Amino acid sequence: MAEIPEHILRRTAEARAKAEGRDVEEVLAELKGESPPEPRAEEPAAAETPPAPAETAGLPESILRRSAEARAKAEGRDVEEVLAEMKGEPAPAAAPPPAAPAPEPAPVAEAGAPVAAAAPAGEPSRDLQAESATYGVPVDLLRRAAVARARHDGIAAPAFTGEGAPAAAPAAATPGAAPAAAAPAAAPVIPEGVRTQRLLTVVKAGAIQQVKAEPHDKVNVWPHLLAIEFVALMACTALLVVFSAFVDAPLLEFANFNDQPNPSKAPWYFLGLQEMLSYFDPQVAGVTIPGLGLAGLAIIPYIDRNPSVRPSDRKLAIMIFSFFLFASAILTIYGSFFRGPGFNFTYPWIDGVFFDF
Amino acid sequence: MANGTGNGRPGLRDRLSDAADHVRQSQVWSSIFRPGSPFRAGYSDSPRNRSYVIMNNVLYHLHPVKVKRHGVRLSYTLCLGGLSFFLFILLTITGIFLMFYYRPTSPAAYIDIQALSTDVAFGQIVRNMHRWGAHAMVLTVFLHMARVFYHGAYKPPREFNWMVGVILLLLTLLLSFTGYLLPWDQLAIWAVTVGSNMAAYVPVFGDQVTFTLIGGVQITPDTLLRWYVLHVLFLPFIIVVFMAVHFWRVRKDGGISGPL
Ligand code: HEM
Repeated sequence: MAEIPEHILRRTAEARAKAEGRDVEEVLAELKGESPPEPRAEEPAAAETPPAPAETAGLPESILRRSAEARAKAEGRDVEEVLAEMKGEPAPAAAPPPAAPAPEPAPVAEAGAPVAAAAPAGEPSRDLQAESATYGVPVDLLRRAAVARARHDGIAAPAFTGEGAPAAAPAAATPGAAPAAAAPAAAPVIPEGVRTQRLLTVVKAGAIQQVKAEPHDKVNVWPHLLAIEFVALMACTALLVVFSAFVDAPLLEFANFNDQPNPSKAPWYFLGLQEMLSYFDPQVAGVTIPGLGLAGLAIIPYIDRNPSVRPSDRKLAIMIFSFFLFASAILTIYGSFFRGPGFNFTYPWIDGVFFDF
Repeated sequence: MANGTGNGRPGLRDRLSDAADHVRQSQVWSSIFRPGSPFRAGYSDSPRNRSYVIMNNVLYHLHPVKVKRHGVRLSYTLCLGGLSFFLFILLTITGIFLMFYYRPTSPAAYIDIQALSTDVAFGQIVRNMHRWGAHAMVLTVFLHMARVFYHGAYKPPREFNWMVGVILLLLTLLLSFTGYLLPWDQLAIWAVTVGSNMAAYVPVFGDQVTFTLIGGVQITPDTLLRWYVLHVLFLPFIIVVFMAVHFWRVRKDGGISGPL
């Protein structure tokens, strides 16, 4: 819950409080996992984690048995006893009462004494149990890596503390007599036919597995968005109908190719260009500028590599775009209203408007 | 059954609502309105049905079931892209109406436009709507582009949709420009002359481009026919294709861009 924004939580709490006829603050506190202001008896208890055996409920007997066998072997215990423990039944024989299930990631630490001989020139002794908890890597892998590295560096393996099963330790104590010798430390005895892997690197579990979805504040398109769109559609249509009822589209005299009106103007959205024709060569104003303008517009996303969308981070981009926007707006207005016969400058309020939509 | 008539027989209102129920439960009705439609019998307002309204509907081609809350704020998009599209639809409808009364040949075109304002029922207002709507669409597309820019909504992953947008802008201008010639009056032919003269300055191919565009060395009735076909058939077809891609990409790029 920790990552869900406060306002979303609150909205949820409000809705739930309304539905259940309860107090918003109370529901909110409950959602956040805080204790509610007025503690309610049943709720927190019900939310407790179920006892461990519940996890095995519904598993087929064969699977349960296989895992019990494996666990029994690893812990040197009796299969039936482990099986009963997993099922949550009392142990069959007069076995010791089932201990609380061990936490998963690491084997039970039995306060094992340091096993390997103290390393004379190697690394200081290492607490594998603690490292295992930190990195999420099983103790035996860590130990194997340490031994291998020590062998590679030609030094004695470090002493290990806090290690789980003594039996799995490197077979023999490293001969302390040859600290700098090139002779490899005694390799752990590997049973016939068992492949071993070298630990190349330790990848922390958290780093590559963050698949948390970002919570988004979303609303249903129906009715929220569709209602807005419908209103916009109606308003737009109404505006257009009313405007069209009062203002007629222009229709001048029949086309006459021998009688060019003065001034002749392009449609308004090209008047900025036409305006520029009076400053620049037509090659420039009529072709180069619109061509470059359009191409430049199209490649904006590939030029502007700044990933931020915050206006305060985009001052330059906004300035440049606004410059062109205002420039074209001014040129268009200028060409539309301030150009008269011969495309010469006029004041619309003196000589009238030479412009038609 | 209690009713206002006091005589124990069902009143008019009851009978009407019975009839309405009957229609809504008929096979025809329920084959048209898919489950979740508010028009279907037994519709109730639940989160699930709200999803179905979109999902079981042709609208699903345009809208997802849910959108980010800030995306429905009018102040974010100003509805400009949507309005451009609405205007395009209005222009299509009014344009089809105009096509019934318009012949793209030399004196006929002008005469037909004149007749629209005198002889045809609603001719004038439909022509006005088509013309003002076209200008408005150019404006809304421009403004839509500006709002997209100022929101930085062209940034990854939306770069391509911006390019599609630029093509839409170009097509919108071309649609408006080709339509400008069709009334075949002094305003039309001279505005188009000025506009298409610029094309003659295209380096190397200038004359060829102009010749292709206006179907000759100067504007003639041939140009009228050519631009008419471009205006009512070719360009609308192309712009619809690009709009489809545009809307599809809006959704595939993760819906409307985030808040600033
Ligand atoms: C016929 C013209 C056009 C139509 C009908 C149209 C329609 C739409 C619609 C309905 C949206 C959804 C969001 C909104 O309403 O703002 C949208 C988004 C978008 N449009 Fe357009 N558009 C057109 C032209 C353009 C142009 C000229 C550009 C840019 C050069 C452009 C770039 C974009 C981009 C990048 C988005 C995504 C915006 C976001 O995610 O916030 N469009 N368009």
